Amino acid sequence: MSQEKVISVKDLTKQFGSFVAVDHITFDVYKGEIFGFLGANGAGKTTAMRMLCGLSFPTSGYATVAGLDLFKEAEVIKRRIGYMSQKFSLYEDLAVKENIRFYGGIYGLTDKQIKTKMEYLLHQLKLEDQANTLVKSLPLGWKQKLSFSVAMLHEPQIVFLDEPTGGVDPITRREFWNLIYQAAAGGTTVFVTTHYMDEAEYCNRVSIMVDGRVDALGSPDELKRKFQAEDMGQVFLQLARKAVRSAD
Amino acid sequence: MKAVVVDSVAKTFKVEKNVVTALHDVSFEARQGELFGLIGPDGAGKTTLFRILTTLMLADRGSATVDGFDVVKDFKEIRKRVGYMPGRFSLYQDLTVRENLSFFATLFNTSIEENYDLVKGIYSQIEKFKDRKAGALSGGMKQKLALSCALIHRPSVLFLDEPTTGVDAVSRKEFWELLRDLQKQNITIVVSTPYMDEAGLCDRVALIQEGRILDIDSPEGITKKFGKTLWAFKADDMYKLMLQLEAMPEVESCYPFGSEHHVMFRNPGQSIESITSRLPFSHLTTKKIDPTIEDCFMHLMRSK
Repeated sequence: MSQEKVISVKDLTKQFGSFVAVDHITFDVYKGEIFGFLGANGAGKTTAMRMLCGLSFPTSGYATVAGLDLFKEAEVIKRRIGYMSQKFSLYEDLAVKENIRFYGGIYGLTDKQIKTKMEYLLHQLKLEDQANTLVKSLPLGWKQKLSFSVAMLHEPQIVFLDEPTGGVDPITRREFWNLIYQAAAGGTTVFVTTHYMDEAEYCNRVSIMVDGRVDALGSPDELKRKFQAEDMGQVFLQLARKAVRSAD
Repeated sequence: MKAVVVDSVAKTFKVEKNVVTALHDVSFEARQGELFGLIGPDGAGKTTLFRILTTLMLADRGSATVDGFDVVKDFKEIRKRVGYMPGRFSLYQDLTVRENLSFFATLFNTSIEENYDLVKGIYSQIEKFKDRKAGALSGGMKQKLALSCALIHRPSVLFLDEPTTGVDAVSRKEFWELLRDLQKQNITIVVSTPYMDEAGLCDRVALIQEGRILDIDSPEGITKKFGKTLWAFKADDMYKLMLQLEAMPEVESCYPFGSEHHVMFRNPGQSIESITSRLPFSHLTTKKIDPTIEDCFMHLMRSK
């Protein structure tokens, strides 16, 4: 992992009326890092993530994403990041091939680039035989892998994954993490949220949000030592129980 | 008496021109007062089973009874006796918390007051929001309201379809504590979940995958049947460790499990030294461990 910062956040805050959803959060994320972004429902994760993706304008603070100022260049940031949401970003009524072609177009790839990517992806995901299958008839595990690959189509510097493994079987869940490891090894920064505490252990560093603040940040080993916990599940429980704000 | 009996139930759906089999001759029983878990990923057939058992859908083949009543012949009796919390929030978003609960009580010819003791533990947590529209509640509170509404007519069997999906670890733990309390009131609970770690909280579980039951037993019974030696490996570079282990011909499977990798060897008497001597990692540790339900699930998936 390099020391090059790809996300740098200082006192970033988002207020909705009198409600402070995200309360002066400060952290850096490095190139090629797998950064776990944890928190109970309602802790402010989604709001923070939406800000970092340029989808929600912060109330105050400072932040750069992919080297660009979040307050001034949100539109440029959107082109340099990938985003995979909990609910799929794929079009169910389009075939696998059509989804790849569509997103290639959206991200401004040339026809030639799309063609190369298409062949590579279909091969890598072993989806050659399903290229013309509608996405809606793919098993969930395949959809999630395809969804991830589509988010990576334009070779973004950072990819944001919002609960990417919800509901899939345990083997597919681990195959998905293999894709994450490969992306990180290739230099892409992975910013990921999850409710599976074993997955928190796969991250290089983990931050845990409580009531809009980042209450803990460190490698899984550091956090386990600090909170005298056996696993990340226990760390999470200790912190999240302190929350005073009601869930969601 | 058995609270739920499912006998060779099969169900197929037509999707476009294809026929998808949601359930292949599934059979299981849940005893009265039991907390029975259906454990499996999306697409396993859990929701289809719930819909058949709550008389919302007919099976292609097979039979099922709930509380002694047949799901086809006696559907009206069953509807009086079961509580059902679907996976998707399905209360009235533009009614208040109190109005929703009172509506469901009225449907079943009862009142909130009559059965208050049953829902008290749950409802008291959302009662301060009783005048808020259900649509404006947080996820956790919606879930508690849905459970209260499913309980207000004092059902004998409660069906909960993935009540903890997308819920954080703390709220999940609290929800299971609620279920344990309910069980004391002699309500049979059939609950589905994709979270393997929740299996241990049930009395018995059915592990289900792609419409087939892989095993049915108590959580301890399932892990006892694993029958293979399982090793936990740990080192400073876990990703490299996994790649190297996977590449070894002696290794049957290697899966990351939190801060460890769980490894099985093809030969049950595999010498561990002959493996570790070929792994150039610092801080390499290995130990024999007992399998978790998730280990068993993956093992059953692969040997299928």
